[in-house]
Amino acid sequence: MARSPSRSLEPFWRDVRVLRVAGQIAFVLASLAVVAWLASNLSQALEARGLDLSFSFLRRTAGFAITQGPGMVRTDPYWKAFLVGLANSLSVILAGLVLTTLVGVLAGIALLSPNWLLRNASRTYVELVRNTPLLVQLFFIYFGVVLTMPSLQDRLELGPVILSQRGVWLPRPVPQEGYLIWLASVVGGLALGGWVYTRRERRRRLLGEETHPFLSALALIIGLPLLAWIVLPQPALRFEAAVLDGLRMVGGLRMTPEFFALLLGLVLYTGAFIADIVRAGILAVAHGQREAARSLGLSEGNVLRLVVLPQSMRVVIPPLVNQYLNLAKNSSLAFGIGYLDLYAVSQIIFNQSGQAVQVIALLMATYLAMSLLISFVMNWVNRRMAIPGR
Amino acid sequence: MIRRPIVLALAALGLGLLLAACQPAEVQVDVPVEFVMESERLDAVRARGQLVCGVNTSVPGFGFVDANGQNVGFDPDVCRAIAAAIFGDPAAVEFRPLTAAERFTALQTNEIDVLSRNTTWTMSRDVELGTDFGPTTFYDGQGMMVRADSGFSTLNDMGGATICVLAGTTTEANLADAFNTRGLEYEALVLDTGDATAAAYDEGRCDGLTSDKSQLAGLRTTMTSPDDHAILPETMSKEPLGPVWAHGDQQWGDMVRWVVWSLIVAEEKGITQANVADIAASDPQDPETRRVLGIEGEFGALLGLEPDFVVDVITAVGNYGEIYERHLGPAGTNIPREGTLNALWTDGGLIYAPPWR
Repeated sequence: MARSPSRSLEPFWRDVRVLRVAGQIAFVLASLAVVAWLASNLSQALEARGLDLSFSFLRRTAGFAITQGPGMVRTDPYWKAFLVGLANSLSVILAGLVLTTLVGVLAGIALLSPNWLLRNASRTYVELVRNTPLLVQLFFIYFGVVLTMPSLQDRLELGPVILSQRGVWLPRPVPQEGYLIWLASVVGGLALGGWVYTRRERRRRLLGEETHPFLSALALIIGLPLLAWIVLPQPALRFEAAVLDGLRMVGGLRMTPEFFALLLGLVLYTGAFIADIVRAGILAVAHGQREAARSLGLSEGNVLRLVVLPQSMRVVIPPLVNQYLNLAKNSSLAFGIGYLDLYAVSQIIFNQSGQAVQVIALLMATYLAMSLLISFVMNWVNRRMAIPGR
Repeated sequence: MIRRPIVLALAALGLGLLLAACQPAEVQVDVPVEFVMESERLDAVRARGQLVCGVNTSVPGFGFVDANGQNVGFDPDVCRAIAAAIFGDPAAVEFRPLTAAERFTALQTNEIDVLSRNTTWTMSRDVELGTDFGPTTFYDGQGMMVRADSGFSTLNDMGGATICVLAGTTTEANLADAFNTRGLEYEALVLDTGDATAAAYDEGRCDGLTSDKSQLAGLRTTMTSPDDHAILPETMSKEPLGPVWAHGDQQWGDMVRWVVWSLIVAEEKGITQANVADIAASDPQDPETRRVLGIEGEFGALLGLEPDFVVDVITAVGNYGEIYERHLGPAGTNIPREGTLNALWTDGGLIYAPPWR
């Protein structure tokens, strides 16, 4: 016998290897049983009522209208309403991701600032926002701040910008004759600026010349369109401000109070978490790195930009992804303040059509796809940021 | 020789009968089934000892939770009436608070026995969702509340207006219909709770607030200054509200239907919470009153209930008029009844019960 005598004396129910496998099998079986029980419950209830689970209802006329975002009319089908909701969700999520990163990084750096006021202001913001529920903040921002702005009749006009409780209006650029030439100068300026930047930056690095790559690129990017604007016989764009027409404003670019409140709420809330993540990331960079950079004669800003932040990114990105996902999922609180995002529209669809199971399944699949996409992109960024060869 | 075909025919007949007898129930039999009133749900409810009833908790008058945590309102009282009919005890109800969006799923999954939650009877809900609608207990219609100083006197003045609307109701679709038929544009602000919708309108975010007129009356009282708001004359929709149950158990449906009608018949006959016991004991002469109170006939047994179940129902909650008065009258949300569709048919309204015979 190959087995050691002690092993063979042990009964199988005390054998660790058997127990491990048996435990896993039991867990899988129990999970399957629960799922099967839930599924049979559902199918029985649906069968008893003669309901089917097909998605064909999505082609039916919705019967309600959406006037936010891309919008839809009452004769459009349900699937279009779903897409309008998706578009509204994506616009607030994308704008939110960019802005919250800005707010979070700035507040995170401020948390470590030697300036007493800046440091404590940032700390107050982080602690206040991080420790209260998001929904409460959204209600406060929407009902307490945005809706208490002046009415449309008493609107606040700050030059071309119009503020009221019905929304914020910016002038809308209207292309005029010859605007294509000007557009070409913008694109040309960007391309030329980029090329000059990389070229001069390389020269600066390799030869140590004072080439000012950033400034020269900026001059091109601004200068070329400016030159075209002056040279052209008439301005390429005319800015059209919103005007009051009866009960509403026409023209201009509008941000609805609901979008504004939701965006502000999501950005501030997520930014508070990101600020602490950034702070931790900066502190995680070995102190010697900072001192070495200083001893090379780098300015305080350059120490942060060139040495500390790139290294802290490796610590920051994984928890940052979590916050991005939170922002995307928290955007589903929009309904509370009247913003018709994907979740809100789905609620309306399933109540109008009564097809709850399908709509919820579709909703979950869409949020899952959205979250997986964000994770995928951020994982790619993370791999790019990793120190090569480590 | 003559007998033979007869014998053969008899044998064939016998064999046929035997086969027919052996055949399982798949074959459609045109023989009338004996009417034994057996409701699976009624049995289940009896075994449970409680009726599970889906209600609203945020509409004063129709379904609300009072300071003592009691479900009060017109709709919860319908639940109490059904419980009284089954158990003789109006307290044998478990109230399940449901949102507008949850309510049909709760019926479809057998979560509740009856839904009594200001639910509008529509064709697609009736036919497609696996639900059956009971007699209409309240005839409602969608209206529009505006600021009194806004200069709007009809919907036609409201082109380009922003309208606050509660999501998940027929209200949204009616709003789109009403403005479409008038060829007017509008902007909808859709919110998911009644409180938020009213608050957004009160803050001035919207030019109008649309909801069922019965609810607008209640919402107006919650505004910062109720007198600054007016309700436009137009009615944008028909909203017949009543109890709902899951499709499939016909006997259960019959029982709920006749309990609701018993409330209406009682009002018609002048039977009230105060006098029902006396009338039942005094051997009344009116034949229909005798049948309703179970003194004559077997009407209770037909529904699987006690013969005098109506006495229990009226003792517990009163008749239709009393329930209306209690929750929607001047003491409640003050929705006038006289001259409206919700008056008794004898007063020109639509509240009507089929004959009790």
